[in-house]
Amino acid sequence: METAPATRREHYLNVNYSPTSWLLTTDHKRIALLYLISITFFFFVGGAAATVLRLELMTPQGDLVQSETYNILFTMHGIIMIFFFLIPSIPAVLGNFLVPLMIGARDLAFPRLNLLSWYVFNLGGLCTIIAIAGGGVDTGWTFYTPYSTTYANGYVILTALGVFIAGFSSILTALNFIVTIHTMRAPGLTWFRLPLFIWAHYATSIIIILGTPVLAIAIALVAVERLFHVGIFDPALGGDPVLFQHLFWFYSHPAVYIMVLPSMGVVSELITCFARKRIFGYTFIALSSIAIAVLGFFVWGHHMFVSSQSVYASMVFSFLSMLVAIPSAVKVFNWTATLYKGSIAYDAPLLYALGFIGLFTIGGLTGLFLAALAIDVHVHDTYFVVAHFHYIMVGGTVMGYLGGIHYWWPKISGRLYPEGWAKFAALMVFVGFNLTFFPQFVLGYLGMPRRYHAYPDEFQVLHVMSSAGASILAVGYLIPLVYLLWSLRYGALAGPNPWGATGLEWQTPSPPPTDNFATTPVVTQPPYAYDTQEEATHVG
Amino acid sequence: MESYFRLFPEQASTIAGRVDGLYAFLIGITVFFAGLICLLLMSFLLKYRRRPGHIRVPSRESNNWLEVTWIVIPLALTMVIFVWGARLYATVMLDPPAGALEVYAVGKQWMWKFQHPDGQQEIDELHVPVGHPVQMTMTSQDVIHSFFVPAFRIKMDVVPGRYTTVWFEASKPGVYHLFCAEYCGTAHSGMRGRVVALPPTQYQEWLSSNRVVESMAAVGARIFQQMGCGSCHNAASLAPPMAGVFGSSVTLASGDKVLADEGYIRESILDPRAKIVAGYAPIMPTFQGQFSEEELSQLVAYIKSLGKQAADGS
Repeated sequence: METAPATRREHYLNVNYSPTSWLLTTDHKRIALLYLISITFFFFVGGAAATVLRLELMTPQGDLVQSETYNILFTMHGIIMIFFFLIPSIPAVLGNFLVPLMIGARDLAFPRLNLLSWYVFNLGGLCTIIAIAGGGVDTGWTFYTPYSTTYANGYVILTALGVFIAGFSSILTALNFIVTIHTMRAPGLTWFRLPLFIWAHYATSIIIILGTPVLAIAIALVAVERLFHVGIFDPALGGDPVLFQHLFWFYSHPAVYIMVLPSMGVVSELITCFARKRIFGYTFIALSSIAIAVLGFFVWGHHMFVSSQSVYASMVFSFLSMLVAIPSAVKVFNWTATLYKGSIAYDAPLLYALGFIGLFTIGGLTGLFLAALAIDVHVHDTYFVVAHFHYIMVGGTVMGYLGGIHYWWPKISGRLYPEGWAKFAALMVFVGFNLTFFPQFVLGYLGMPRRYHAYPDEFQVLHVMSSAGASILAVGYLIPLVYLLWSLRYGALAGPNPWGATGLEWQTPSPPPTDNFATTPVVTQPPYAYDTQEEATHVG
Repeated sequence: MESYFRLFPEQASTIAGRVDGLYAFLIGITVFFAGLICLLLMSFLLKYRRRPGHIRVPSRESNNWLEVTWIVIPLALTMVIFVWGARLYATVMLDPPAGALEVYAVGKQWMWKFQHPDGQQEIDELHVPVGHPVQMTMTSQDVIHSFFVPAFRIKMDVVPGRYTTVWFEASKPGVYHLFCAEYCGTAHSGMRGRVVALPPTQYQEWLSSNRVVESMAAVGARIFQQMGCGSCHNAASLAPPMAGVFGSSVTLASGDKVLADEGYIRESILDPRAKIVAGYAPIMPTFQGQFSEEELSQLVAYIKSLGKQAADGS
């Protein structure tokens, strides 16, 4: 452990306090923090919408808000959470902060492009927020045609424009990651010495680059049809409504992997560190990320089993969807095996990682239900689907995100968060999450359709359980917001490596200097060399 | 529908039990694997927790046989699930059993309209006989809707501009929920109806008590006449005759063959130049915008009846 320096050490946070030094920064660490502020804002806006939805669903009659309002709220919840929180969450915050640090680089390959991506992101967010403030949009986050192009009222174009613009920010970030990982690795850091966090971000970046343009095209075509009545999707104009679904899911299914792969990368880092063990089956975990990225592009049709898509096409998509389960299973088994004969410390980041494994396992296994054709016919567009994708996106992505934020918080802020509160919050999130979403599997199989403002009486008990769970979950999310802010001022000084972890990011002071490393590190061994490390005593 | 708390929906169609069988198998797999992971995690967490005096012994960091095991076993299981699900899906989605009762449905914001072959029309309520297969031929007048009867475990999107079909056979008399499952705008959650499954005798009574003057085919024949369709289609040199067309394989000018089903008839009325029959000039004008979806389905029913007459006659 390093003793606190007697003189004030210069680092990326205190190097300059002026607003312009933040708004015009090209430092990947500062841009990560800018992103952190933006997406935290969007997370709580999206969460507020969810709160009203869950309150409304406590009673079978639509009595709290009107149908129009309800439809606008679930649309807003979906669009904000997916495009403005989940997709940028881990890559734009933790990825931005850590990719250069983990590979021993001074910054990303294109620092100005990185800053541009944050502005582009906020411009997209601004469009969407203006659309919401002006009265909102009620198409659902899926923008299905011909509803979105011909029938929907509200600010469809402006909202779609927001999503369209935000897409470019992910493309810029992904491009930056790919070039940086290819060209800026420290001497000795070969591909198979890379931390799995880097592999996950590499795979994610490839999906973003290949998929996002297709979403942009789909959205642009919706705008063209809506504005100029060119028949693309609306059969009344000679278009094909199902074509939109193909274009939309060609991006939006891989987008699920954009959300969950980085989280898997985080979990790999956390498990090894808190088990004090090298990861089990490094190569298999690394390559399974690539397998998911590739296979993920060939399964979009599993969203369309009852869309009037060809029966035989559906069978092919079902088969391919089954295959995606395998690399995910490989990861779960390898993480579990990593704990075997470890020396496991139950710190908050590990609790989140364990939460991830549990919830992702349920999310993944229920994905098999949806990939199984005859079951999907029954549960498609019901709460079963809602439950499933929340297990993946919230149980998976958000658990990994929170675990990562806690784990790297000492590096980001130079301070320790209060461990007791953090464990308590992790438990609240886990319990609240399951209470909220498990009843929805039952609801879905019973036949409760999604996007219903009012519903038959017999579904009420399960809806009330779900809303009760959501209130616990909300508290679980608010607690970290409070104590993380508190720790910025009152938290104990962290020192460079409070967890005794092995990554390069822990070999520089916390918070890191603007240039990350005083001298370029040289890598001489594979990652996670916990076996060769002394049993260090450490905070935690 | 009476019970207020249940974990599984009512089984009221011939396939409901089979879908639930696969569901039960999947729950079994889920419980097994989630339980296995949970058990392993718990035991490792307890056994290898960091504590004073706990010495960590080095262990292997990869094992290819283990990796192969946990790739091959899940792969085999997913293939079982795939085949099981696909076979059931083919049963529901491909052709219904011969002699299925045909019901036409039109979805619109925010109601369901049904029409029976004998002409009976219903709104948001569908009467069907128990123990007899029913084939739904559906389309939408505006946006995409979805015909979902949870107790029957069937669902099919109702798409504007085309016919979609799904079939079921009710196995138990009762009143069941009908939901629109595809988000369709403001009153989406109000687009609900009831499917009333009646024993065959009561179904016949219902049919006769709701008797209407004309069957769907008869109305279709009248439209056919009024629009002057016969002036070409009854003169074989100008346009293909309609008798015996339905259900046959039609050779197109391009040399391709298509099956003359409901969708083909519909398309040939609205977009005649999409598929030109071999030996005829593309002279038919489009009737896009001239018929409601109900009238179109009546025309289809008429042409269908001509096809059947011809087939019965031969």
